[in-house]
Amino acid sequence: MSHEAWNELKPGTIIEDPGSASNHFTGHYRKGLKPEFNELNCIHCFFCWVFCPENAIMTEAEKISGINYDYCKGCGICANECPVENKPKPLIMIKEVI
Amino acid sequence: MRANKVLDGNTAVSEAVRQLDPDVVMAYPSAPGAPMLERLAMDIANGSLDTELVNMESPQSAISGCIGASAAGGRVFSSASSQELAQMHEMLFIASSLRLPIVIGIADRALSAPINYYADHSDAMAERDCGWIQLFCESPQEAYDNIIQAYKISEHQDVKTPVMVAMDGWITSHTMENVSIEEPSEITDFMGKRIPTYSLLNSTKPLTIGSFSSPNYYFEHKLNQFQGMENSRKIIREVGKEFGDRFGRYYGYFETYKLDDAEYGIIIMSSAAGTAKEAIDRLRSRGEKVGLLKLRVFRPFPFQEIQERLLGLKAIAIFDRNIVPGSQGGPLYNEIRSAMYFCEDNLRPKIFPYIFGLGGRELNLSDIDNTIKEIKEKTEKVESENGFHFVNVRYRQVNNE
Ligand code: SF4
Ligand code: SF4
Repeated sequence: MSHEAWNELKPGTIIEDPGSASNHFTGHYRKGLKPEFNELNCIHCFFCWVFCPENAIMTEAEKISGINYDYCKGCGICANECPVENKPKPLIMIKEVI
Repeated sequence: MRANKVLDGNTAVSEAVRQLDPDVVMAYPSAPGAPMLERLAMDIANGSLDTELVNMESPQSAISGCIGASAAGGRVFSSASSQELAQMHEMLFIASSLRLPIVIGIADRALSAPINYYADHSDAMAERDCGWIQLFCESPQEAYDNIIQAYKISEHQDVKTPVMVAMDGWITSHTMENVSIEEPSEITDFMGKRIPTYSLLNSTKPLTIGSFSSPNYYFEHKLNQFQGMENSRKIIREVGKEFGDRFGRYYGYFETYKLDDAEYGIIIMSSAAGTAKEAIDRLRSRGEKVGLLKLRVFRPFPFQEIQERLLGLKAIAIFDRNIVPGSQGGPLYNEIRSAMYFCEDNLRPKIFPYIFGLGGRELNLSDIDNTIKEIKEKTEKVESENGFHFVNVRYRQVNNE
């Protein structure tokens, strides 16, 4: 991908292309931990979806369907916010070899 | 028709702003510039000005409001002095890097401590690196003229950079003088409406400004901003000429007074130039070849033009109205000395740093006389230029024996 030179940029840091942050894959921020989703005990409260700072919680037909690891940065907020205590928990952080 | 009025600097500024019909005025009034905003508030309250006035709870909010309103495409005004300008500090950088046309009026006042209410340039000079264009005024007339030009410069497509217009607190902000106020329709004609290239309020063309920038882009954005300031060099001159052609008062980067055949020069900014001119007249009547350069534009600093103008003088005294502990001289001194570095050695004047007028300390005619005497002696004796000179300040030798 070629990046603009300073004289090609619009004055004032303007970005005219909405949602261009999705061009930036934050998955590589993960440093050894990743969330794992298990639908069994999930009550689909969407807490994880609301709190995820990277919009990495995926949904399908108004239900949580998994995690998009292209964007998940492994912060663990989703697992921390998930209210379900029954085992297996719907979201746990597991080791990931990188 | 042109109206001649007797106005103080603050009123002259608010007259100019009123004629430019701003969309938004952000108000956190601070002395001695408060009357600029109070007069505009009065006009808005009595219905003679169709402008949104927002009373803010802090200077930082006032400038933040200006940023938002300007990004929405509006013409905005605010004012700040001293501590209040210092409180705007971080937002000033954001306004300039977002390339937003904004004008703020400043009635320069010393910074605490100790608490002081009077004129010096510590407040504006502390903001010299924040990417704003800086214009300094000697008189209420210049305040009026500079505010009008400031909007034209700031809103120019190639510039799009905020401008601060500074005059000396009380001395200029509160002293009444004759001011020519131009016909409102002439001013409207001179300015035109602001035509923003985008507006945050345009829902059909959504955009993001001021987002995160990785190391991969930040540097490029900064250069883009830098270029806006560079472009302003040409526009400031063009606007000054256009203003002169229309209204008869011409403006450039600086004004010179009896400098053409001078051997010794004084460089000074703002109201103290009035005192310096009077002192120079008296010195001239005694046959001294002295002249003055009064700087109007501090940012962008006109280093090339200054260098050309000062070449060949024997010596110059540079008067800074603020003190930077630990520096080699005031900001004006450092800029000018640096500008003179590339001259031929035999053409470069001796350059002496003078600090004066802190916290409202007066500058007397005799101070200028003494300065000229001092730099003459030092030049003739080929003495070192190093070391500060403090004007009109008490120092007593203590005898410890
Ligand atoms: S927070 Fe837990 S229970 Fe709620 S939707 Fe997410 S995974 Fe399911
Ligand atoms: S670990 Fe963080 S980034 Fe990844 S899905 Fe959970 S909340 Fe989102």
